[in-house]
Amino acid sequence: MQDYFNEMFDGGAVRAPYAGLETWVREMPAELRQMKQAEAEALFRRIGITFAVYGEGGDPDRLIPFDMFPRVFTAGEWRRLERGIKQRARALNAFLVDVYGRGEIVRAGRIPAALVYQNEAYETAVAGFVPPRGVYSHIVGIDLVRTGRDEFFVLEDNCRTPSGVSYMLENREIMMRMFPEIFRENRIEPVEGYPELLRRTLASVAPEKCQGEPTVVILTPGHYNSAYYEHSFLADMMGVELVEGPDLFCEGGFVWMRTTRGPQKVDVIYRRIDDAFLDPLCFRPDSMLGVPGLMDCYRSGGVTIASAPGAGVADDKAVYTYVPEMIRFYLGEEPILQNVPTWQCAKPDELAHVLDNLADLVVKEVHGSGGYGMLVGPRATKDQIAAFAEKLREAPEHYIAQPTLSLSTCPTFVEEGIAPRHVDLRPYCLVGERIELVPGGLTRVALTEGSLVVNSSQGGGVKDTWVLAE
Amino acid sequence: MILTVAHVTTYRYDRPVRGAVQSIRIFPSSCEGQRVIDWEVAVEGGLRGGGFTDGAGDQVEGWSIRGPVTEVAVRVAGTVETTDTAGVLRGHREALPPDAWLRPTPPIRPDAALADLARGAVAGAADPLDRAHRLAGAVAEAIAYRPGTTHAHTTAAESLAQGEGVCQDHAQALIACAHAIGQPARYVSGYLFATADGTPHEAAHAWAELWVEGLGWVGFDPANACCPDARYIRLASGHDARDAAPIRGIALGMADETLDVSVAVQAGQQ
Repeated sequence: MQDYFNEMFDGGAVRAPYAGLETWVREMPAELRQMKQAEAEALFRRIGITFAVYGEGGDPDRLIPFDMFPRVFTAGEWRRLERGIKQRARALNAFLVDVYGRGEIVRAGRIPAALVYQNEAYETAVAGFVPPRGVYSHIVGIDLVRTGRDEFFVLEDNCRTPSGVSYMLENREIMMRMFPEIFRENRIEPVEGYPELLRRTLASVAPEKCQGEPTVVILTPGHYNSAYYEHSFLADMMGVELVEGPDLFCEGGFVWMRTTRGPQKVDVIYRRIDDAFLDPLCFRPDSMLGVPGLMDCYRSGGVTIASAPGAGVADDKAVYTYVPEMIRFYLGEEPILQNVPTWQCAKPDELAHVLDNLADLVVKEVHGSGGYGMLVGPRATKDQIAAFAEKLREAPEHYIAQPTLSLSTCPTFVEEGIAPRHVDLRPYCLVGERIELVPGGLTRVALTEGSLVVNSSQGGGVKDTWVLAE
Repeated sequence: MILTVAHVTTYRYDRPVRGAVQSIRIFPSSCEGQRVIDWEVAVEGGLRGGGFTDGAGDQVEGWSIRGPVTEVAVRVAGTVETTDTAGVLRGHREALPPDAWLRPTPPIRPDAALADLARGAVAGAADPLDRAHRLAGAVAEAIAYRPGTTHAHTTAAESLAQGEGVCQDHAQALIACAHAIGQPARYVSGYLFATADGTPHEAAHAWAELWVEGLGWVGFDPANACCPDARYIRLASGHDARDAAPIRGIALGMADETLDVSVAVQAGQQ
């Protein structure tokens, strides 16, 4: 049995961040817990937050299990995470501006040219363009795991449109409604400022041509999308319009929104649709979700698109390996947060190592997400491993491999009471005129005993995430 | 040479559409061997949007047309002074590095036959330039010029299998062959002054540019078995024909569209 870092208990003693929760949980009668759990579920149902996190697909009407036991960080722990996350967000944006500009990092031989320029996410259509304030990725979702007291690893970066932030906000809201007393007894940093911070961040990247208060909108693919709830929730919270492609049109180099009072100019589009669907004149000609002519308006400085088209080249799983190199190259700093050691199956010697050690490794698709199409070696059967090895040999460049990490555990309410379950964390870093991070994020928890897969499509749930005040 | 271009593209709809939006790249490239004397692009009843230069160094302009309309006409008229650069593109500023031009988009994805053709052609080639010439020659030989045998969506692999096509098929096949041996290549749209009397003969033309280490981008026109010279006007480039299209447009509304193109390129004094 492997030893995992338990975030609450150190030996027999309760670790400092969880001290405030010990009595709360010890004194909670079983009936009360069941009642509260049912209440939480009813609240989530009522507000209609039933979408899959991180675009994992699955049943859009399914409720993601909410675990009432909070996940807690001390102010000190968070300070270090915050510095590391902001550092990473800066480097990723510097990389994006560079590879769509002079490509210094490629010229310097610090990252292979093919990995950048032949990457499917590299959009030749935006080469030579610097978006306002040099920001390509305005919302950077960085997935972190903890393996020890001071050991955090970045699992992956999400530079396009990371979802799940509505869970961060709703989880807190529901916890405060159900357990107001623990929020009086513990000094917990608020996360409720996120929507306003997001609105300000987006307004700060309005194009130079914009005069006066910028008009920000959220562009959604529509209510069939599994994250539609989040789109409408954020629009509500920010006080901006939620629009679909047909609500917008391009004229005179600007983007306009149809309103009952006539056309209104739009300055910043927070899009929740993929690059390929943004503009049928530039990308997929059959897209009905986008706005024809949008890319010409964007390139000529009439509108800002967040995240910028082409931002995805920074969060590809093969490019991920080079993020520490980006931090050194652009910022001249050492990475504060470590990458998980990663083998690139595209390299023959690394592939050989991976094939020899499949039973101990996690193998992921370079462009995949949501925990689909991956192999968790230690949990796979011999046949599964053999079948996967076949796929690897056929298209090694589509895969990377990592060691199975000893994800930390956090106490979680289960059938029999309370038990440790593995967790990860996604904080949401905002990049505009300034780089901001609300103290918190989304904690995902693998509810199945022993499971290391926290994806909601694979039996994962969510928790409220606390950062304690100084 | 002094080349005068008159190019009208007319879209007709069988019932009125609410409007149309276009992205237009019909401006002579700013490079050695091309000097614009005058050049005008206008969309009848249209509103000019933003203009910019893209990563490939092409000038782009957005246009919109408010409906209801049943016809949209894009008129291009201009005169360019050209000189022969033996197909070499010089003095052309672009942000994209050659490595970005190796992407196998669907129409130019090399199949086994294209890869075989490429490898067979370059066996024993002396240098990169020689390789490029041999590739262009092999494509010209393998695909006969025969209008009407292929259509806008024919892929490079399909035209090679068929053994016939037009300039678009030649260009795409040449790009696919170049990619198959790891040589960056791209599609170029432009005009060709083909006959002395100005009769349109694929006057709206297309060819390919291959990246030749030491020389830079060099144009090859397999359809005419030559490198572009003073008879050619270069407009825009892209990964494939669709990507390099001089006009990309969409009509807003449900209607059947018919396209009418007239191009005349004439030589002589203005």
